[in-house]
Amino acid sequence: MNLLVCISKTPDTTARITFKDDFTKFDESGIQFIMNPFDEFYSLVRAVELKEQFGGTVTVLNVGPAANDIIIRKALAIGADKAVRINAEPTSAYFVASQIAEYAKDKNFDIIFFGKETIDYNGGEVMGMVAEKLDLPFVHLASHLDVEGKTGKLDRDIEGGVEKVEVEMPFVVSASKGMAEQRIPNMRGIMMAKRKPLEVMEPIEVKDLVEIVKYELPKEKSGVKLIDPENVKELVRLLHEEAKVI
Amino acid sequence: MKILVFIDNRKNILKKADLELAYYGHSVAKKHGGDVVAMVVGSGVNAGDLGKFGAKEVINVPYNGSYDVAVFSNMISQIADQTGAELIVLPHNSSGKPLIGWLASKMNISSVTGVINIPEYIDDKPVFKKGVFSSKAFAYVKTLTDIAVVSLMPNSFSPEEVGNPVDVKTIEIDGGLPKVKVVGVEKVEGKVPLPEADIIVSGGRGMKGPENWGILEELAEVLGAATACSRPVSDVNWRPHTEHVGQTGIVVRPNLYIALGISGAIQHLAGVNNSKTIVVINKDPEAPFFKAADYGIVADLFEVVPELTKALKEYKSEK
Repeated sequence: MNLLVCISKTPDTTARITFKDDFTKFDESGIQFIMNPFDEFYSLVRAVELKEQFGGTVTVLNVGPAANDIIIRKALAIGADKAVRINAEPTSAYFVASQIAEYAKDKNFDIIFFGKETIDYNGGEVMGMVAEKLDLPFVHLASHLDVEGKTGKLDRDIEGGVEKVEVEMPFVVSASKGMAEQRIPNMRGIMMAKRKPLEVMEPIEVKDLVEIVKYELPKEKSGVKLIDPENVKELVRLLHEEAKVI
Repeated sequence: MKILVFIDNRKNILKKADLELAYYGHSVAKKHGGDVVAMVVGSGVNAGDLGKFGAKEVINVPYNGSYDVAVFSNMISQIADQTGAELIVLPHNSSGKPLIGWLASKMNISSVTGVINIPEYIDDKPVFKKGVFSSKAFAYVKTLTDIAVVSLMPNSFSPEEVGNPVDVKTIEIDGGLPKVKVVGVEKVEGKVPLPEADIIVSGGRGMKGPENWGILEELAEVLGAATACSRPVSDVNWRPHTEHVGQTGIVVRPNLYIALGISGAIQHLAGVNNSKTIVVINKDPEAPFFKAADYGIVADLFEVVPELTKALKEYKSEK
C-alpha cells in the first residue's frame, strides 16, 4: 500500500500562548514544538499499522522550515519509511493544501492521511482542500479505519455517535481520537530514522486567501465565587439569578 | 448582500443549530444589509419555519443519499451561483466541517472555520473572529475574496424569532453520485450530543472509578445536560473517548460547564474555557481549575453532588 501522511508542527499542549508586535504575531520564543497530536497519535500510527499488515510504504510530508526536521525524524522513528519537506512557512490552509496536492498529484497514493485538525489554528480545512484538488473521495473525522481489498471501512464521528462508511481507494481521510493508540518511538526506531531519506523540495507559488489581522487573549475571569458546601441551594440560586444559565 | 446558510435536513427535523444558522445570517444582514437564503438539503419538511428565525427565502434541494462532501459541495456551489451569495455559512459540526475546505478550494474563495462573531468590515472585507490554539486565544481573520465561506461555532448565538414562516421553493440539483457510501449509523440514543449541549457535566480522576458515574449522570439528568470527561478518564477507559473534552478531544462552549473532580490541566481548560459559566467542585482548594471558574465548591464531590442534584430537583419542581 502506498500511503502518505501529512504532518504539522504545533506548540506543545502545555504551551502558554502569547503574542508580539501589538498582538499581530504569535510569539514563538520559549515555545516547545511538537508534532500535532492528531497527526502523530492517530493518523501516522494507523498508517504504519496498515503498512505492517499489508506491506507498502509510508511517506510523511510536512510543509515547513528546516527547524521542522526534528518532528519529521520523530515520524520516521515511529515507523514511516521516508519523508518529504516542502521548504516554506505554512502561511494558510490554502497555501499548505496547494503544496500537498502539487506533490501528491502524480504519486498514486492509495490513502492520504491527516489529523482532523491542528491544535494551533484549529482549521481542519487542509484535507478537504487537498481532496478537492486531487478529486478524491474524502472522509473527515474518522475514529476507525480498516482496509479490505480495495475498500476502506471507516467510522466517521457524528454528533452523538458514528456513521459507518465505505469508500474505494484511493481516498483522503482525517483521523480523530480513537483511530489508533499513541506509539512511543523505541531506540531502534530512533537510530533507523537517522538513515531514512528526507527529501527537501521547494514550494510552488500560491497566494493566501485569508489574512490574520490580529490576535486576542480571552478575558481573565474576575475571580471564582466560592460557595459553602453546606449550602448548595445558594449555587442553584446564583446559577439561576446571576449567571442566568438554568 | 445575499447570505446563504446551508442546512443538512436529511433527518427531517430542524435542530437548534439550524435555527442558529438562519438567525446568524439574519444578524449579519441586519448589521451590514442583505437577505438570508436558507438552503435545506433533504426532505424540506417544516423548512419554511426558518423564516421565523430570519430566512427571507428557503430553497429545498431534495436529497436522501449518503453524506458525501463532493455531492454536497456541488449542490451548495450551484445554489451560491444562482442566488449570487457573497457569504456562505455552514454549521461547524460533522456536516459542515468536512465541507468547508472542499468548497473553498472548489470555488477558490476565502474560508474561516468555527466563527463566533458578526463580522466587522475592514477595507470592504469581512473580518471573522475564531478560537485558535484550542481556545487559548482568538484570531481575527480577514477574508480576501469577493465570496467567503465560514462555519459557525454551535452555541454562539441564541436563535430568536424575528419573522414569519416563508414558502419553500424546491430546486432539483444533480450533485453527482456519492463515492463515500454510508452503510450504517450507530447512535447513543437519548443522549444530548456534546458539541450541541447547553449544559455539560464532566468528571475527572477525582471520580475515582467508572462505577461512581451514577451521581454524575443523575446531576446531568436533572439539568438535561450532556456528560463529558477529562483525558485521563478516557485514557483508562472509564468513559468512552467520545466524551473526552479538551485540547485533543472535543472543544465545547456550553452555557454551563460543571466540572467534578477535574484538576484543570491547561489542555483541559483549552477545551472548555469558552463556556459561559464554569462551576468547579473539587476537594483540593489548590486545583488550577478554580482560577478559570465562576463558581466553586471546595468539598468532597461524593457528598456535595447528591446534595446539589437534590437542590436542583427542588428548584425545578418549584418552577
